Amino acid sequence: MRSQAAELVFDEATKQYPGRPEPAVDRLSLTVPAGEICVLVGPSGGGKTTALKLVNRLIPLSSGDIRIDGTSILDLDLVTLRRGIGYVIQQVGLFPHMTVEENIATVPRLLGWSRQRIRERVLELLELVGLDPDHDRRRYPAQLSGGQQQRVGLARALAANPPLMLMDEPFGAIDPIVRARLQEEFLRLQRELGKTVVFVTHDIDEAIKLGDRIAILREGGRLAQYDTPARILAEPADEFVAQFVGADRALKALTLRTLGDLDLRPGTWLPGLPRVPVATTLRDALAVLVAEGHERLIVVDEAGEPLGTATRDDLLA
Amino acid sequence: MTLADAFTPGTFVDAFRFMPDHAGLLLSKTAEHIELSFAALGIALVLALPLGLWLGHRHRGLFVAVSVSSLGRALPSVAVIAFGITLLGVGFWNNTAALVVLAVPPILTNAYFAVDGVDANAVEAARGMGLTELQILLRIELPLGLALVVAGVRIAAVFVIATATIAAIAGGGGLGEIIVNQASYGLAGVVAASLCVSALAFLTALALGLVRRAVSPRGVRRA
Ligand SMILES: Nc1ncnc2c1ncn2[C@@H]1O[C@H](COP(=O)(O)OP(=O)(O)OP(=O)(O)O)[C@@H](O)[C@H]1O
Ligand SMILES: [Mg+2]
Repeated sequence: MRSQAAELVFDEATKQYPGRPEPAVDRLSLTVPAGEICVLVGPSGGGKTTALKLVNRLIPLSSGDIRIDGTSILDLDLVTLRRGIGYVIQQVGLFPHMTVEENIATVPRLLGWSRQRIRERVLELLELVGLDPDHDRRRYPAQLSGGQQQRVGLARALAANPPLMLMDEPFGAIDPIVRARLQEEFLRLQRELGKTVVFVTHDIDEAIKLGDRIAILREGGRLAQYDTPARILAEPADEFVAQFVGADRALKALTLRTLGDLDLRPGTWLPGLPRVPVATTLRDALAVLVAEGHERLIVVDEAGEPLGTATRDDLLA
Repeated sequence: MTLADAFTPGTFVDAFRFMPDHAGLLLSKTAEHIELSFAALGIALVLALPLGLWLGHRHRGLFVAVSVSSLGRALPSVAVIAFGITLLGVGFWNNTAALVVLAVPPILTNAYFAVDGVDANAVEAARGMGLTELQILLRIELPLGLALVVAGVRIAAVFVIATATIAAIAGGGGLGEIIVNQASYGLAGVVAASLCVSALAFLTALALGLVRRAVSPRGVRRA
């Protein structure tokens, strides 16, 4: 059920709040190719939320334009525009008087889908976001954990299969363990659905983990750099970006690749060497070597069969 | 002799005897009382409810809502009726107008705060999903705030039923006609009519209290 994805273009998009000396978003120009995740990241007050809300016109543009598949958002009817965009916020904003099922069914109902089709879609989505279609469907938001509420929020935004998703710190209020799991599931979902996603966070690690491209906004809503995570880590455009991604950027770059990306050495299966799954990131593999005081590790496949070995230098190369 | 001097335990016995003896009179006056009260309440609802809900939805006009409410409390109904006599003359509409003035503030204020206080994130999510402003009001804000809206109607209803008693002064009918006319109906009649007013107010409060509980949204209602 891979849906159509839309290309999103910010063209000199500017927001000047009345009574403010500086714009909140200043001539922002960038293109998010169809089917990619663009993460907007930057310090608090950098204009990330403002930039996001310009797209679904919760905040009106002051000047410039934003186009979805070539059509200006200003040329679209407000309701049509918004129904074609999935919107997820940190505070989730589930409707407390509606069950999980009713929450998810909101947009399909507005679109006049048949009961049968809505029911099928709700069950499918609950499955997709990792909730129990039988039990969780009839529950009210107050009966769910924060992580479960966020899953419902995601399912609700996906309900009418919009080609574009806007997500404002969706995992911001969730504890690190559940958060990491939601991030993994989000990536799995995205591989399945292939939406165009604009994802706001102020956590650079989350940006590196999730983004196909990262847009770094600085105070005053100016774009500091727009690039792939690897290039931002390898070649920060300026001092601000270098500072923002942190002094440990070389280490962060290791999270972008897994042992599977290395040319493994044929190994003699020495006993006592750590055995690490092939899907492990280079950073986590390095952590294993450091923790266990070894120079070399054995890479194993899902079944635990050795595939080869890698040295510390291989990881850092 | 003042009313208090005349008041003995026997008065209540007399009052309860008065009831079956003058059942027809009490019933017709009670019917007038209800008619007057409900007319006023209905008009107040039509005027205050949409306005309060819309102002609450826009989060505008807090000042209007609050000053209307304190104005309502400051204006003595007798004064409004007296003023109304000069405008509308004596009778049903004059009294209705006075009671409407009394009923509008609690309805308007409660409707305003009921909608104004709904979780801003739920409203933003709804707007972001493409609900129209009217859909946001009717499907999200109103259901979540309805219990508070009904609470305002309940306050207004009790005010109106109690105050409709003084309508008799301006020829509006209702149970007040008996209460202000001890000369004709005796103390027993006055007490009997007062009991009818109290019962009416009590039953209305009870009924609207039940409505209020019934419309508290599931999933939000506290155990
Ligand atoms: N409605 C508004 N009226 C006036 N100024 C606003 C409004 N909303 C935001 N701002 C200002 O615009 C700037 C950008 O705010 P925005 O919420 O877009 O930042 P952000 O990057 O999302 O920050 P955070 O990481 O804290 O969420 C800030 O200086 C903020 O104070
Ligand atoms: Mg923000």
